[in-house]
Amino acid sequence: MKQTTLMVYKNNPIIGGVYKLLLTGDVSAIERPGQFVELAVPGHFLRRPFSVCDWDRDSVTVVYRTIGGGTKRLAAMMPGEGVNALTGLGNGFDTSVSGDRPLLIAGGSGVPMMLCLAKKLLSEGKTVTAVLGYRTASDIFLADDLRYLGVDVRLTTEDGSAGVRGMVTDAMTDLDYTYFYTCGPEAMFRAVNAAAKTSGQFSLEARMGCGYGACMGCTIETKNGPKRVCKDGPVFTREDLLW
Amino acid sequence: MVNTSVTLCGIELTNPVIPASGTFGYGHEFADYYDINILGSLSTKGATREPRFGNPTPRIAECAGGMLNSVGLQNPGVDAVISEELPKLARVFHKPVLANVCGFSVDDYARSAAKLDKVPQVGWLEINISCPNVHSGGMSFGTDPSAAATVTKAVKTVTTKPVFMKLTPNVTDIVSIAKACEDAGADGISLINTLMGMSIDLRTRRPVLANTTGGLSGPAVKPVALRMVYQVYEAVSIPIIGMGGVATAGDVLEFMLAGAAAVEVGAANVADPLACKKIIDNLPAAMTRYGINDLKEIIGGAHHG
Repeated sequence: MKQTTLMVYKNNPIIGGVYKLLLTGDVSAIERPGQFVELAVPGHFLRRPFSVCDWDRDSVTVVYRTIGGGTKRLAAMMPGEGVNALTGLGNGFDTSVSGDRPLLIAGGSGVPMMLCLAKKLLSEGKTVTAVLGYRTASDIFLADDLRYLGVDVRLTTEDGSAGVRGMVTDAMTDLDYTYFYTCGPEAMFRAVNAAAKTSGQFSLEARMGCGYGACMGCTIETKNGPKRVCKDGPVFTREDLLW
Repeated sequence: MVNTSVTLCGIELTNPVIPASGTFGYGHEFADYYDINILGSLSTKGATREPRFGNPTPRIAECAGGMLNSVGLQNPGVDAVISEELPKLARVFHKPVLANVCGFSVDDYARSAAKLDKVPQVGWLEINISCPNVHSGGMSFGTDPSAAATVTKAVKTVTTKPVFMKLTPNVTDIVSIAKACEDAGADGISLINTLMGMSIDLRTRRPVLANTTGGLSGPAVKPVALRMVYQVYEAVSIPIIGMGGVATAGDVLEFMLAGAAAVEVGAANVADPLACKKIIDNLPAAMTRYGINDLKEIIGGAHHG
């Protein structure tokens, strides 16, 4: 973990209510896909945690939906403004166990982190498939970015306006994969756990206090005892979690 | 050179800044971020007789000027604290610590305190009779002078280490509770724990916290905390560890002027892992700015002659 001031380079809506924020500065603490950053938003006491969508030598991208006062204030930040940030938080995904045909399964705000994960898996010479679930066609974001990388992207929408009608698990049944990585709402996790044919890793979302293991605000019970989502996670294996 | 050192029950601290229980884990987590030996001391996450998972989540809700928490005393139990957490802390922190203890009966407090009494790195016991987030025990001992006195006596019987009773602000008369603790043999008073509060989610129309209510902390509570430290200082002659919304070196000076011999930093650690380091780094300059050479000399300075 590193505390640093990052600079807003771009902060633009990509679809209604969803923003892509590119921050520049010292991002050397980010080591693995699945890690997150915490951004201090002016006028708010606690930082906001955001999964890393992508990063390189001197920038990090997060994609966020404006939900409450904090994200609305973040959306109003202009290029050139400084943001106090904690970078390189959480354990991140372990790509060494993926086999040669990993499957990415994501819904809604779980989609962004799949971009850097796909890049890593592809750089390791693996064949990557992704099932992305959205409510409706106009909610779709980042699917083309994943296709552009060379990921075989399958879409599902709840209303059938794009891709397969239904949930992500409705597009998983005939897929052949060696391992899976997933992020999305809890109901999706339960469906994925019931449908998945292999082991896999789940990136959990939690309402956090600190983000670095101090306050015990985000603890979950696991097969190996209580774990802090922010510090011991946010990524847990299928075998770690209690279902 | 200004002198930042203070003394708590005969043990010298290089400075009065102490991370508050529950906001700093067992301390060793923070050693990855800076050398925590710059701290005056630290108060460990509260230990109970048995392991506790704590309350359901969400346990945290932000609010204007601070936060609510209802963690509910998650901890691995006093035996694991002694066998696992404190040895890990000892490798990275070489000063005496405040061992924070909570319980659900007088016997719980005494048993846990007796075990921690035997740990050499424990300098003081801090007895939490003020947790607002558990349904029995905890705060119920801190809202009644005679119950507070009973816990104080029970702990004093089993330890030779100085005992600080940590009080809740959720009372009508904090002075009577503090005096009851002093009369029962307490060596010091820590105050304040969090103020009970709640937050409601407009979308779901339900409380944000799974436990409905939680403890308010952060800059929002500082005026209340300062007032209580000020009042208790006038009534007791044992040292006070002041806390409640401390976020800057200036806040430390305010609490000491109100009567605190040392100061704990709580919610600020949750917002910023380097909060205590920044406060300690800034303390000498803040003292110079306000013409303070020796920190000990300003304790209680806000009181009339």
